[in-house]
Amino acid sequence: MSHHQLVLLAAALVLAAGTYGFRVAGPLLRSRVTFPPRVERLLEASSVVLLTALVATTALYEGHGAAGWARPAGVLVGGLLAWRKVPFVLVVLAAAATAAGLRLLGVR
Amino acid sequence: MRAIWRGVDRALLRDVGLVCLAVGVIGVSYGTIAVASHLPAWLPVVMACLVVAGASEFLFVGIVAAGGNPFAAVAAGLLVNARHLPFGLSLPDVLGQGWRRLFGSHLMNDEAVVFALSTPDPDRRRAAYWLCGLGILVCWPTGAVLGTVLGSAVHDTATFGLDAMFPAVLLALVLPALRERPKRRAALAGAAVALATTPFLPAGLPVLLALAGLAVPGGREREAAA
Repeated sequence: MSHHQLVLLAAALVLAAGTYGFRVAGPLLRSRVTFPPRVERLLEASSVVLLTALVATTALYEGHGAAGWARPAGVLVGGLLAWRKVPFVLVVLAAAATAAGLRLLGVR
Repeated sequence: MRAIWRGVDRALLRDVGLVCLAVGVIGVSYGTIAVASHLPAWLPVVMACLVVAGASEFLFVGIVAAGGNPFAAVAAGLLVNARHLPFGLSLPDVLGQGWRRLFGSHLMNDEAVVFALSTPDPDRRRAAYWLCGLGILVCWPTGAVLGTVLGSAVHDTATFGLDAMFPAVLLALVLPALRERPKRRAALAGAAVALATTPFLPAGLPVLLALAGLAVPGGREREAAA
């Protein structure tokens, strides 16, 4: 293994260890500390807030720039179908098919 | 271990299976991109097994492939993955104790968390988290291996609209929680903060800043009243 590859391996391991640290810290803290009910409710809502923000940013952006029209349109179609309680399989396939279809038509 | 699987039913298996399949396909594009960027084939596979967080791995590969410092890539990846700390704090108890908690934490990813959140029944919630977490732990690296083998065959996954799958999956799963008004207010305010700051800030930070949405006035009062 070359020097460059060793550096890459070390970097990958540090990223893995740090990510695991973030993951395990929440459950460990949670079992040691009791939070007041109001804080409990805020914590419970925080996953929903983070995931919604993740949906919004990954649907609309690619890196720092706009993701174009096809991807958000696909996500929107998926979201509307999910709102109407259409089965999950169809929601996901419709999202991909809409984005792919629009791109086929030349919409980026 | 049997207790974990008590909540599994066919509908859950199908939904989780579909998510894992989508993740596997994205894994193929991840492995392909890494190899096409002249990185060693073991790198995406090792990261897929040990990091198991797609967005940070894409970012890491992108920075290193562009000639960036590997430790700058680590810093960027850690920033993107910092959301797992509040995930773990807000997650209902699905992990259990001892080795289960230590291993279950490794399975914490966006999809498993959102599956757990969208399932009210405790048995089913635990089953959903573990099933989705383990499924992704298998499918993501498998996809990455296939990608490194396929080389440049599936270079542009955008053609098939696969990039729309990840946000659509998360949206479909988070929607039930958004029917609750206080959560919806906080989530929409947070998403607005993330969208407004994404063009200017390093990847990962805008999503964390979305937590500011929790401070939206009214939302907390209503929550206390509920």
